[in-house]
Amino acid sequence: MANVTNITVSGLGGQGVLKVTDILAEVLFRAGYDVKKSEVHGMSQRGGSVSSEVRFGDDVASPMVPEGESDFLVVLDPTQIEVNLHKLKQGGTLITTDDVPMDKLKSPKALNIMMLGALSEKFPAIGEELWIEVVKAFLPQKLHEMNIEMFRLGRQK
Amino acid sequence: MNQRLLASGNEAMAMAALDCGVLLGTGYPGTPSSEILENFSALGGRAEWAPNEKCALEVGIGVAFANGRALVTMKHVGVNVAADPLFTIAYSGTPGGLVLVSADDPGMASSQNEQDNRRYAIASGALMFEPADSQECYDFLIRAFEISEEYRRPVLFRVTTRVCHSKCILERRGKSRPREIRFDKDPKSNVMIPAYARIAHRKLRASLHELEALNEKGEFTKEIRKSDELGVITSGISFQHVRDAAPEASILKIGMTYPLPLETIRRFAGSVKRCVVVEEGDPVLEDAIKAAGIPVEGKAEMFRFGELNVNRVRKLLANDLTPEAQPPAGRPPQLCVGCPHRKSYEVLRDLNCIVSGDIGCYTLGVLPPFEAVDTCVCMGASITVGLGLRKALPEAEARRVVSVIGDSTFLHTGINGIVEMVYNRPATGHVVLILDNSTTAMTGLQEHPGTGRLLDHTPCPHPVSIEETLRGIGVDNVDVVDAVLDQEGFRELLKKRLASNDTSVIICRRPCILAAVKIKSYEENK
Ligand SMILES: Cc1ncc(C[n+]2csc(CCOP(=O)(O)OP(=O)(O)O)c2C)c(N)n1
Ligand code: SF4
Repeated sequence: MANVTNITVSGLGGQGVLKVTDILAEVLFRAGYDVKKSEVHGMSQRGGSVSSEVRFGDDVASPMVPEGESDFLVVLDPTQIEVNLHKLKQGGTLITTDDVPMDKLKSPKALNIMMLGALSEKFPAIGEELWIEVVKAFLPQKLHEMNIEMFRLGRQK
Repeated sequence: MNQRLLASGNEAMAMAALDCGVLLGTGYPGTPSSEILENFSALGGRAEWAPNEKCALEVGIGVAFANGRALVTMKHVGVNVAADPLFTIAYSGTPGGLVLVSADDPGMASSQNEQDNRRYAIASGALMFEPADSQECYDFLIRAFEISEEYRRPVLFRVTTRVCHSKCILERRGKSRPREIRFDKDPKSNVMIPAYARIAHRKLRASLHELEALNEKGEFTKEIRKSDELGVITSGISFQHVRDAAPEASILKIGMTYPLPLETIRRFAGSVKRCVVVEEGDPVLEDAIKAAGIPVEGKAEMFRFGELNVNRVRKLLANDLTPEAQPPAGRPPQLCVGCPHRKSYEVLRDLNCIVSGDIGCYTLGVLPPFEAVDTCVCMGASITVGLGLRKALPEAEARRVVSVIGDSTFLHTGINGIVEMVYNRPATGHVVLILDNSTTAMTGLQEHPGTGRLLDHTPCPHPVSIEETLRGIGVDNVDVVDAVLDQEGFRELLKKRLASNDTSVIICRRPCILAAVKIKSYEENK
């Protein structure tokens, strides 16, 4: 379906891959799109590869991004780039930790939100307020300030 | 008051349960089903973790005998454990709605097999729904309860990993009125002695004919009319893949897949030149449709394995049998750094034990650097398989056999194995290690009867003591150790127990590092 945009977020267990795709899907939903999100989770153990996918557009059918058709691939851990690159379509956009100001990252736990900032900048139709509103809705109050700062840093670069 | 939101299939089932007045949700954790009851509880529903799936289904049956609605959830292999009550309650049925959610895992994202539980509906005579997304999880579950009551039939609600864990937009309706709870004596319907069961079996078959007629009316069937060249018959998540893979195809998507609306299918198949059945897993629809004499094409054997997806459906429809490229393997899950199981496995490896393993995080002890698990079949099997090994092997090797089981798994189906060990003891005795990390870690840190907390993490006034249970059954030696604090003490004790002819259980107790953080927060919130 030509009017569907595919986003894949990959990383390692414990990095907040699932959380950040939940936030992403909710932003797109609130922005008025049809949205589907898919992932395989279930293993509790930390450190294994994790991927989660979001598709949005006018009418999304399968919740899974077809192999090699991701328009955007966001990778939270450098070791996970190679194993996920086949998911990116030709001419698609790869976003890695090189695309965010890692020296300003205050906590490794907020890397997911900083990367979300970098991704958010690719969708000019969605205003910054909506992203921040949803980030707040998904995180406990005491983490708001730091995460919003990380989001803005990721978005600005 | 309709509410529009983004929800996973598991969340949608929880909301449906709440909105249609489910009196009790019960089950045993298992990916991908666990979040149904967790969400139901968080929304305010009454939910419990049973020690195993058979207990859960039976408690649900009791609720439904009292005219209440019961939702029973489990992963696909859980239905094997609950199969005994399932097959007989399918005969008698219950006055209150009884829905058994079977969450299947094609592709085995986190399971030991990829059995297709649609076979259970056919084998038992329970009617079956297969929702394709969160909206259908919600709508079908509410209807499943209504139909279960109207026809006095249990429902197998068959979902899969992608339906459970994918989110999409859900429209949620308002709440229905609660049902009257009462018990009407009716032994002819409710007591399955042979004389009554013979009648009940005939009633079941007759009611399946009525249900087939209901299904023909089309409430649960979606037909998308496009080309006359290609028609696809499908169900569940495969429907979504087909829409993407073959936008030109006409589609007949079946929501109630047992008993099937065979006349609707016959008409559809006759209306297209080529008609293909696209389904994940076993050829369940295909076999039934072909058996009814309706000419359709099935899928090639290679598509029976693993999940379907858009690309695979494209290949399937094109009859493209070229081998599929394997995507590069990611990093597999491993025991967390700091996991207490690590210390126990180091000792098992050093002592060169033959380990009869079980299912949980600790199964990962099969991987380097431990490579210390030698067999693993199903939950509870560590103890009994270990006993079999002890009975078959020559003495020197029999002495090296150790059964290793987790705390949640022990309470699930391990206790029976201890009874077997005490009753039919091997000549060399036996040694069982219970790796008690105070949680059901593998499936997402759920409580169990031994943790001292209920499903919602509030205190449980009567926790089950594992050591008292073992002593009560008559195990010769029961010891509790902490292999993290005192690995040497554990090593010496294990050596001593292996050298004796006693029946021994060593409980290695130390919380999972992820659970420890949560336990602290539950204690603070008490
Ligand atoms: C019959 C059945 N029900 C549920 C499951 C899912 N499951 C796998 S392991 C496990 C329990 C793990 O808990 P525990 O034994 O305490 O070990 P831990 O993961 O905490 O190390 C469960 C519920 C299963 N595999 N089989
Ligand atoms: S989740 Fe807990 S039990 Fe499982 S590997 Fe990690 S620390 Fe060990």
